[in-house]
Amino acid sequence: MHPAFSVILLTTLIGAAQGLFLALFTAQSYAAFKLLPQPDAHAFYGQGSLLALVLLVAGLGASFFHLGHPERAWRSAAMWRTSWLSREVIVLPAFMGVVFLYGLAHWLNWHPVLTTLPGELPVDPTAILGVAGTLFAFALFICTAMIYACLKFLSEWHSPLTVINYILLGGASGFTLAAAFASVTAPELVSFLAGWAAIITLLGWIGRSASLYRNARLKPKSSLQTAIGIKHPRIVQKTQGFMGGSFNTREFFHGQPVAVLRAVKWFFVLAVFPLPLLLLLSGMQGRTGLLVAAFAVQYAGLLAERWFFFAQANHPQNLYYQSIA
Amino acid sequence: MTQLALVIDLNVCVGCQACVTSCKEWNTAGSAGPMVDQNPYGADPTGTFFNRVQTFEVGEFPNTETVHFPKSCLHCEDPPCVPVCPTGASYKRKEDGIVLVDYDKCIGCKYCSWACPYGARELDEQQQVMKKCTLCVDRIYDTSMTEDDRKPSCVKACPTSARLFGDIHDPQSAVSIAIRESGGYPLMPEWGTHPANHYLPRRKTRIKIHEDELERADNPLKVDRQLPRPAMNEPTLDDVTTW
Ligand code: SF4
Ligand code: SF4
Repeated sequence: MHPAFSVILLTTLIGAAQGLFLALFTAQSYAAFKLLPQPDAHAFYGQGSLLALVLLVAGLGASFFHLGHPERAWRSAAMWRTSWLSREVIVLPAFMGVVFLYGLAHWLNWHPVLTTLPGELPVDPTAILGVAGTLFAFALFICTAMIYACLKFLSEWHSPLTVINYILLGGASGFTLAAAFASVTAPELVSFLAGWAAIITLLGWIGRSASLYRNARLKPKSSLQTAIGIKHPRIVQKTQGFMGGSFNTREFFHGQPVAVLRAVKWFFVLAVFPLPLLLLLSGMQGRTGLLVAAFAVQYAGLLAERWFFFAQANHPQNLYYQSIA
Repeated sequence: MTQLALVIDLNVCVGCQACVTSCKEWNTAGSAGPMVDQNPYGADPTGTFFNRVQTFEVGEFPNTETVHFPKSCLHCEDPPCVPVCPTGASYKRKEDGIVLVDYDKCIGCKYCSWACPYGARELDEQQQVMKKCTLCVDRIYDTSMTEDDRKPSCVKACPTSARLFGDIHDPQSAVSIAIRESGGYPLMPEWGTHPANHYLPRRKTRIKIHEDELERADNPLKVDRQLPRPAMNEPTLDDVTTW
């Protein structure tokens, strides 16, 4: 497939935002159970939500560049019963709304005790919004990943690993960002967040390696024989029916030599996993520079990872577009 | 239920591209139009077509066959392109099974084209909406045309009658009979899309001739046996060579 920059930005930016929100609320939950010190809520949760929101808006903005008719985008909420894309279009703004309210409640220090859980645990609006946001964050990961995973013709994507990796990679970049952000606003949480970021990055490494391993061994289900229905071992296309390009030759081919594909793969495998891990572990004590570098490197790696994700997917329609002459 | 479809006979298609041009001509002026080309006279012309004719070579020289292969939306009975569309712009008509795009609803997200294994959908670069074969829906029901003209443009144009059009759910229709009796098959059956369009395979016409059919056993002119019997590879003008 041809990797569209708008979609690469959308999925990586909102993934990081979802991970960041999950990190914020994880810290809040730990603090509620007194497993972590209480940070400055206004600065850490309030501004942290703002940061997540900025990423979400940027991602949403990028996604509009993918559409031929962005002014009609509202129509895409219609088919949520059948279309994962439609579901994403609904869940994304809903998640943005919850992140906004969550941040606002923290920003305004709005903590009326609504009820108490057994063990004298006070429940305030931020706790309820946090749980809702967590559910939406996971729902959004699932919607985004299922857009790709549900397409059975694209066997590189048609796997539960796609969903797992979207969750893990978004989570890893979000927790890394949270650690960098906490080094400025809530230093007492840095080692906790950096630790989790490292763990999720490690899990992501396993998940992505598994999908790389799987995809390298895929056998395409379709062949030229099934595509035109002629049972002969040797079929060559002599012409695809036109000499200039067409939508089919632009949208479904990445157009890069194998060497580029391989280089991108090695770059992302290094930049998403071991490098951020090293930086996270050495920045654990709250060295902002290292943690920011960890996020920057990991995010750059994720851009490459997403590019590769698209480029690697081989659409069966390509069988019909092999030869120009 | 009706399922309109094309049945394309690969045994007679000569790859003349007449269906390609007449499809483009009808549809650029019809309800699916315009289908504007970019850079039509330049070095790298491109544009939207509903129908493409491709050519494949089967076999190894010298035992090769050239197969011309017309390709358009197959109006799948279980179209994977429809449920993924977020706006509902892509739909399959209940009454005749034609898969269509509502150009006023389409947002040009291209997702449906990813979900079609056949590459049958093309985004119109000028209008930025998804387009594909409509089976000439603005033609086949047009009562201002004569009955004979109410067929897709490509079917009308084909000089060798390689394209049949009809209801594949009606067992008596010409298309159903062709599929049944000439080995019609769907493309990429492995994906369970159940394409409505079918293709008829290449066939070799072989006649088995038995030896006793080569000469007339009861030819009355031969009974006198006055002349020598001609060899098998000589002309057999009965009056001259009677034996
Ligand atoms: S051929 Fe492609 S576009 Fe046409 S109905 Fe089937 S899946 Fe949809
Ligand atoms: S490009 Fe148009 S028809 Fe295709 S999925 Fe998007 S909105 Fe639907």
